[in-house]
Amino acid sequence: MEHFLLQLFIFLAAAAIAVPVAKKLGLGSVLGYLIAGIVIGPFGLALIGEVEEVMHFTEFGVVMMLFLVGLELKPSLLWQMRTPILGMGGAQVVISSLVIGAVACYFVPWQEATAIGLTLSLSSTAIVLQTLREKGLMNTSGGRSIFSVLLFQDLAVIPMLAGLPLLATLAIHDDGHHGAALVDLTVLPGYLRIVVTLLAILLIFLIGKYASRPVFRAIAATRVREIFVAAALALVVGISLLMIAVGLSPALGTFLAGVVLADSEYRHELESDIEPFKGLLLGIFFIAIGASLNFTLIGNKILLIAALTLTLIILKWLVLVIVSLIFRMAKKQRSLFAIALAQGGEFAFVLFQFSKANGVLPNATVEPLISAVAISMFLAPLLFLLHEKLTGKSGEDDGEGPAHDSIDRSGHKVILAGFGRIGTDLGRFLITAGIKPVILDNDPANVDVLRKFGYEVYYGDASRLDLLESAGAAEAELLLITLRDIDRSRELIELVKKHYPHLKIAAMAADRNAVYDLMDLEIAGIQRETIGSAVELGQQALQLLGIDPYETHKLMRIFKRNDARIMPELYQAHRAGDGDYVSIYRQHNADLEQLMNFDLTQDLEELDKAWNHDVKDD
Amino acid sequence: MKKVLINFAHPARTRSKINSALRAAVERLEGVTLNDLYTHYPDFLIDIEREQRLCDEHDVIIFQHPFYWHSTPAIMKEWLDLVLEHGWAYGSQATGLKGKLFLQAISAGGNYSQQTGGNGFTIAELTSPYRSMAKVCKLIYLPPFTVLGIHRGLPEAEIRVHAEAYRRAVIALRDETLDLEQVMHYPYLNSDLNAVIRGA
Repeated sequence: MEHFLLQLFIFLAAAAIAVPVAKKLGLGSVLGYLIAGIVIGPFGLALIGEVEEVMHFTEFGVVMMLFLVGLELKPSLLWQMRTPILGMGGAQVVISSLVIGAVACYFVPWQEATAIGLTLSLSSTAIVLQTLREKGLMNTSGGRSIFSVLLFQDLAVIPMLAGLPLLATLAIHDDGHHGAALVDLTVLPGYLRIVVTLLAILLIFLIGKYASRPVFRAIAATRVREIFVAAALALVVGISLLMIAVGLSPALGTFLAGVVLADSEYRHELESDIEPFKGLLLGIFFIAIGASLNFTLIGNKILLIAALTLTLIILKWLVLVIVSLIFRMAKKQRSLFAIALAQGGEFAFVLFQFSKANGVLPNATVEPLISAVAISMFLAPLLFLLHEKLTGKSGEDDGEGPAHDSIDRSGHKVILAGFGRIGTDLGRFLITAGIKPVILDNDPANVDVLRKFGYEVYYGDASRLDLLESAGAAEAELLLITLRDIDRSRELIELVKKHYPHLKIAAMAADRNAVYDLMDLEIAGIQRETIGSAVELGQQALQLLGIDPYETHKLMRIFKRNDARIMPELYQAHRAGDGDYVSIYRQHNADLEQLMNFDLTQDLEELDKAWNHDVKDD
Repeated sequence: MKKVLINFAHPARTRSKINSALRAAVERLEGVTLNDLYTHYPDFLIDIEREQRLCDEHDVIIFQHPFYWHSTPAIMKEWLDLVLEHGWAYGSQATGLKGKLFLQAISAGGNYSQQTGGNGFTIAELTSPYRSMAKVCKLIYLPPFTVLGIHRGLPEAEIRVHAEAYRRAVIALRDETLDLEQVMHYPYLNSDLNAVIRGA
């Protein structure tokens, strides 16, 4: 126990020190983790052991990441992406495998070359997605192309694991149970295996679509937060187990579950519950990769490994450029696309171990290759940085029309907190205006009803930071608050101002005192709940009394404008707490009355009399 | 009998004696439709379909308005900008307004007299954008009906005279008794009503 805690402490402390430093230096969190790994690893301070086991355990972070990615991809969006996934992804994997395999053929027999080609065609989902997210590139069309290829690669691992043993030429080693955990195809006859596999996928679909929602609703109603977290984790872990049992990749299974749940109102809640676990596991996974760099081996074979790494990156880069040309990517996205995916991936570790265990590749071949992959992964975030330096900014705005982004969640640039009486009309208005806000509401029953009417409402407490995060607060432009309780509104605003200073905030206030409270917080927009409807009903009243509609409309606008104009002065008087407040209020009302009266009775004939040019001297 | 549409554009008609009087003289005539733009669209959100349908249903289109800053009140400009759509009002295929009569009934504080021309411009010059519009939309532009120089203030009797003249002009347009060839020789439709109305 003590040993475990010590190890845990070392990992966490290393991350806590290295990541902020790396971020400060502009290197991104992934490089920070990797460097921390090198420092505490066997070739640095030698503070940790059992690196490989840690890596295996924390690989589960990748599974969680794909679940989260799935949550952000609605089935319809996934269907829209079928061409890039199959086309670009397929082309990248096939061409890379062929090219790398062909080069490898010069040095090793063709069976080994094929295994190497397939394995090295994969890129690092973990590093690339993490970096893309950090740089806010996930929803650019370049980012989506990259994601499509990564998704195809993750799918391609499954047939690779099935096919690799066929390439065996060597005696089988005994330490092969690593791979067996991922693939367990042995027990059943072929046709049954397929049936079982299909049933498992169907089961995921049924769980995601039908079974999960009543369960989550019941749990949400208890309002015990950690039970929801437990349920979310249980879902991900359970699906992983199911996938392992039928011999599919757990990453693929949870990804599918994520996609199925992407339409659910519990999406953001699930996201924010899983996110910290994923982040932690992935972080430790990256540290483990850093720690697993075998510097003795690298030192001994420095030229070989350097050559391998360079060849790997250049070959993959060339293939990616070709793929991007085939699919006519825009120039700016092309360079990002090619540089983002030009590295080996974490699946290479799995596949190399698996190949070794199944007698496909000898240890002497595997070891330098694993080092080369690890180094290329280490270089990947640096290549991103280099790309940024060369092309200027991260390229988020590279001539991308907003139309592109509108398909994805982050295309919603607005978060609407509270979907009660006011929120409903506000949401309807925004939706009609073509803006799809992410709507958060705290009442599971309300969410349920509104969902039936077709609103995209998510369950969750908007004043929770993690929920705001998964609702997209980091990328959002505007937060609209229509909470009933001014204290909760204030809490939320203070939280948002601290963590998302870029986010514009506009809020509804129930009465004047609430307006003053909000004015204290200096937010971009404040609307007094009653003024709009009150004055508009007033306008109707005047019309019913026979006043011209245009006059009533003008009076309404004058009234509203002046009401808004006096607010700063009233606010100051109110905050100063002196007796002036009431007298200022009355004075303004009297002024306004006079103004509106003047507008009604002003004599236009008088104005006509000013047009007496003919009498003038010209 | 032709059908007459009067698009009335005055932001405060209850406070304009002359426009109220002119309007009262024609609004209940048979075959005449009065369409008060400021009342229908206090927020300026003009219903384009409704306005085009009204034009379709009438043969004579009158815009009755005060002369504000040598031009129309703002809503009439908005009307022109929105309602006169390409393909309906103008363009090679457009027939929405083709052959209809177009008249402005203007009240103005200034005199805009033909010779001395107050500020140097005549009504004909200042209404040239509307004549040009009429041409583009294949409308027949009539000389405007004008009540000028009301800066002096108008006694009740004079207002009645103008209102009666307006009524006669509108009826003549409705009953096709206005001599279209003859009227084009005058600066204003009401320069000499007896000379341009047949059987007068």
